[in-house]
Amino acid sequence: MNIFSEVREGVRIAGEAIRGNMLRSVLTTTGIVIGILTVTLMATAMEGLNGAFRDAISFIGTDVLYVDQREWFIDSDKRWDAAAKREKITLAQVRAVERGMTLARGVTPTVMHGIESVRFKNRSSSMVMLIGTNEQFLTTGGVTLTAGRFMTAMEAAGNRDLCVIGWEIAEKLFLRESPLGQKIHVGPESLEVIGVLEKRGSVLGQMSLDNQVVIPIGKMFRGFRWDPSCTIQVKVADPSHVEAAREELRGLMRKIRHVPPGVDDDFAINQQEQLLNQFKKVSAVIASAGFFITGLSLFVGGIGIMNIMFVSVAERTHEIGIRKAIGAKRRTILLQFLIEAAGICLLGGTIAVVIAGGMVAIARNYLPRVALSPMVILLALAVAIITGVVSGFLPAWRAARMSPVDALRNE
Amino acid sequence: MGSETVHALRGVSIAIDRGEYVAIMGPSGSGKSTLMNLIGCLDTPSSGTYELNGHNVGEMDDNALAEIRNREIGFVFQTFNLLARSSALRNVELPLIYAGVGLEERREIALNALRDVGLADRVTHKPNEMSGGQRQRVAVARALVNRPSILLADEPTGNLDTRTGTEILELFASLSAKGNTLIVVTHEENVARHARRIIRIRDGLVASDEPVA
Repeated sequence: MNIFSEVREGVRIAGEAIRGNMLRSVLTTTGIVIGILTVTLMATAMEGLNGAFRDAISFIGTDVLYVDQREWFIDSDKRWDAAAKREKITLAQVRAVERGMTLARGVTPTVMHGIESVRFKNRSSSMVMLIGTNEQFLTTGGVTLTAGRFMTAMEAAGNRDLCVIGWEIAEKLFLRESPLGQKIHVGPESLEVIGVLEKRGSVLGQMSLDNQVVIPIGKMFRGFRWDPSCTIQVKVADPSHVEAAREELRGLMRKIRHVPPGVDDDFAINQQEQLLNQFKKVSAVIASAGFFITGLSLFVGGIGIMNIMFVSVAERTHEIGIRKAIGAKRRTILLQFLIEAAGICLLGGTIAVVIAGGMVAIARNYLPRVALSPMVILLALAVAIITGVVSGFLPAWRAARMSPVDALRNE
Repeated sequence: MGSETVHALRGVSIAIDRGEYVAIMGPSGSGKSTLMNLIGCLDTPSSGTYELNGHNVGEMDDNALAEIRNREIGFVFQTFNLLARSSALRNVELPLIYAGVGLEERREIALNALRDVGLADRVTHKPNEMSGGQRQRVAVARALVNRPSILLADEPTGNLDTRTGTEILELFASLSAKGNTLIVVTHEENVARHARRIIRIRDGLVASDEPVA
């Protein structure tokens, strides 16, 4: 008897057995339903969280390198202190990088500065992020304009009294009017609005990316921050050669800042990947905690399955005897009961996926991004089947090892 | 179970040839059930040997025994031992499924077997929808469907009334006439007399072994 027809026969017998005891099968599988439901919802939530985070940090760009005084993530106080003592990154160094880089499409100095508010007439927007930069920010910053234009190289170099504002500021200060050509008050300065950035949303619903004002970097130096350290944004020309560009940039920076061979870098090259890695560490912790709890409920459900399978084997001892007398091998009987256990769990898994589908459908009213992916459904059903096979093994093994004489005697 | 070993059979030496119709008789506790289990390859002897078609059954493992039962032995039990949830056809197909016969072929063979025992019109019935005599006929069809070397019947008329019992015995007689090897285990003298040879077992020993007059 080949394994294929054995499985088919097993499926048929298991189907009869499950249908014959439908109520019992459904009740038994409740534990599995709960377990698989948690698996499914956990996995869906994790997917949603990962997706939301990816979206949130997409403004950073995968092909943009950020040269800073410090690493974005520093894991010890000692390294933090060392990083704080590093020399500032000056505009002259930025210009040297721009001249030296061959693998870059854009090199931009940026200086950020949070200010309390910007005003137009009697309206204002608070907690505004001021970005001092130059014309290449349009390339490196991942921004696009919805109205007007960006600053030109001449304007940037000439420290003109102008600015490009974020979408949210345009909404707040100018309501439905066009902000172009108007002058807004930014700290002590009065700047003409020449452009409006397209809406970009927020980072995880917290930090708005639309509450920004972009000004020429010279203005930042004179009006807001005296002698700051610049962040150099380097847009890589070919996104498939980020590593090469990173190496070129590193060598260049070391040369510019006269770092002797054998001494560690006195600057940091940050990129989106680091943020992602950091997030992965966090999400791994959340996931393992979640799946531990899920595993517990599956374990409890599995015990229930094992219990009912022992009952099923005991009830059908005589049938096992008949089958063995007629020529069923150990493997055949084992398979028959394993398939029955897996079938009960699959029933539970299916019920759980349907319930999860309903819950996700409801949740979509509030969280439109949430979706039950085919991957998660597949995972849930696979986990259900594995639980069935694992918990059904002992009862099935007992059935398979029965002596036909003893089994037949059992009426 | 106690720890004392009881030998149900001691020094039984029998040879049964192909095509024979043999009855094994004995009162309860005589060891005839044990003998039947050994002949049917449901059990293996703790000592001594049993050869079936030249194969030493005593040295076989569980799976080999299952295969031998499937191919060489057809069982007919006192309580029929049909699968209650399955139709007559499914019951008869079962040995063919375990033998690995393909779907269409085994359906044809099973239908023929049911026709041979006069149940062509009961194919889709389940055991509880049939009379005792019909159930035993299904069991006989199932026993014969793999063309076994031995048809082994254990009190085949024990749960049947006299008339249907006689019908089954007539069926056995015709099977024997066609050349099948039949071994019937019984304690009823009038059942045993249908066979052509009677082996009497008492206290684990062969008390007598003679042809039916």
